[in-house]
Amino acid sequence: MSLLDTPLWEVIKGSFAPEIWVRLAPAILETLYMTALSSAIMLVFGLLLGILLTVTNPDGLVPMKILYAGSGWLINCLRSLPQMIMIILMIPVARLLFGKSYGTNACIIAIAASCIPMYARIVESSLLEISKGKIEAAKSIGSTNFQIIFRVLLPETLPSLIRGFTVAVIAVISMTALAGMFGAGGIGDIAVRFGYQRFQHDVLFASVYVLIILVQLVQWIGNFTSKQILKKRNLI
Amino acid sequence: MPVDKRDDVTDRYIQISDLHKTFHSHGSSLQVLKGINLTVRKGEIFGIIGFSGAGKSTLARCINRLETPDSGSIKVGGVDILSLSKKELLRERKKIGMIFQTFNLFESKNVYRNIAYPLEISGIPKAEIRRRVLETAELVGLSDKLDAYPGGLSGGQKQRVGIARALVNRPELLLSDEATSALDPQTTLQILDLLKEINRATGITILMITHELDAIRYTCERMAVLEDGKITEVGSVREIFSNPHSRTGALFAQVFTEFQQTMEMENGSGI
Repeated sequence: MSLLDTPLWEVIKGSFAPEIWVRLAPAILETLYMTALSSAIMLVFGLLLGILLTVTNPDGLVPMKILYAGSGWLINCLRSLPQMIMIILMIPVARLLFGKSYGTNACIIAIAASCIPMYARIVESSLLEISKGKIEAAKSIGSTNFQIIFRVLLPETLPSLIRGFTVAVIAVISMTALAGMFGAGGIGDIAVRFGYQRFQHDVLFASVYVLIILVQLVQWIGNFTSKQILKKRNLI
Repeated sequence: MPVDKRDDVTDRYIQISDLHKTFHSHGSSLQVLKGINLTVRKGEIFGIIGFSGAGKSTLARCINRLETPDSGSIKVGGVDILSLSKKELLRERKKIGMIFQTFNLFESKNVYRNIAYPLEISGIPKAEIRRRVLETAELVGLSDKLDAYPGGLSGGQKQRVGIARALVNRPELLLSDEATSALDPQTTLQILDLLKEINRATGITILMITHELDAIRYTCERMAVLEDGKITEVGSVREIFSNPHSRTGALFAQVFTEFQQTMEMENGSGI
């Protein structure tokens, strides 16, 4: 169904037709797969990089000027690349790793490369929120730096880290849609092939519903979890 | 590690000599400690008073090396703090408790886990941790608050948690950095009573940094006046208040006398 020859209302009604959703179902799974895997990779490396930035900061636990400036510079470089260019840049890397330059797994590399630096910056800003006094208290008790990071810094900033991760996962979802244009499959791929190239607007609408619901769900889970933690800690 | 003779360790439990510290930031430098000499006896509650910016906190923070002084020496119980390796320093810090004006509790942990933290990081068995936490909570009067999170506690209760956390390792020295300055007068009195009681019960040495006259007068036997990075007076609290030599000491004594007179006029009695 196309908006070119069918009234809007009919297209909207048509977008709930079972055959559309049968076609969409595998794409939804692909998107979920890409989002979950990319987010997991982003979480691990973003956290590590964010911790590195915080700890080596001139006012941090272990000030290391060169490492701090170097990693900051690298992150800024990666962040200045638009997501589409990152996807194109990562094609040879994907070919090297998977022997295939397209497909879901290939695009996960590009998504991770693009979102890790962003999440690292979010983690850094969350970790910097901690009051210096808590770090000092932990030091005065005789904590090692490792203990300060994992027993004080991360738990204390957990609600903020969760909110930041939510923002980052939503960015990942939007990038999976873009990656659909480059052979990654998923909802983006459906939207381009049917909605854009074949004017099947009912399919386009259906993919829009999925994306909206997905993003709302992620945001709700993030808000809920971080709020529950704050409530448990009696901070709200 | 060099250990002095036993009497020396008792009489000069903390021994600070010629301590200097300058802060540098963005091209300008600020000399905060200008040759501090100070001796604190074992088991006493020693007060250090001074206006803000006098260098009190920096001095306290040098003792557990949260701040590294530029020169001078600090000995605590015969241990030369400034020559400790990183590893030795961590071990030594476990023997020096510290409490803060802003409490600095871990908001992600409940009261029990806050008090347990110093033991957890030392890898002490769970059963032993439990025993010591309950014992310490009892000492500071928090036995019924163990499951509460710091976010739900009053200022006085928070400082009790802070004190318990500082004491659970059974340190020989407690550094109190403006520990009552954020509390109302009544709560301040309760916390000071608690510190006195702990000092009496355990023989712990307490170094009390404050700008509050009453806190010193109420708690300490001996005190020092810190003025512009130098110790201008050391002696018994009564001596200094009745016969001040330094500017700060005189000012404090004057304020104190006026305060006493006002109280007398209002209540018909001394404080």
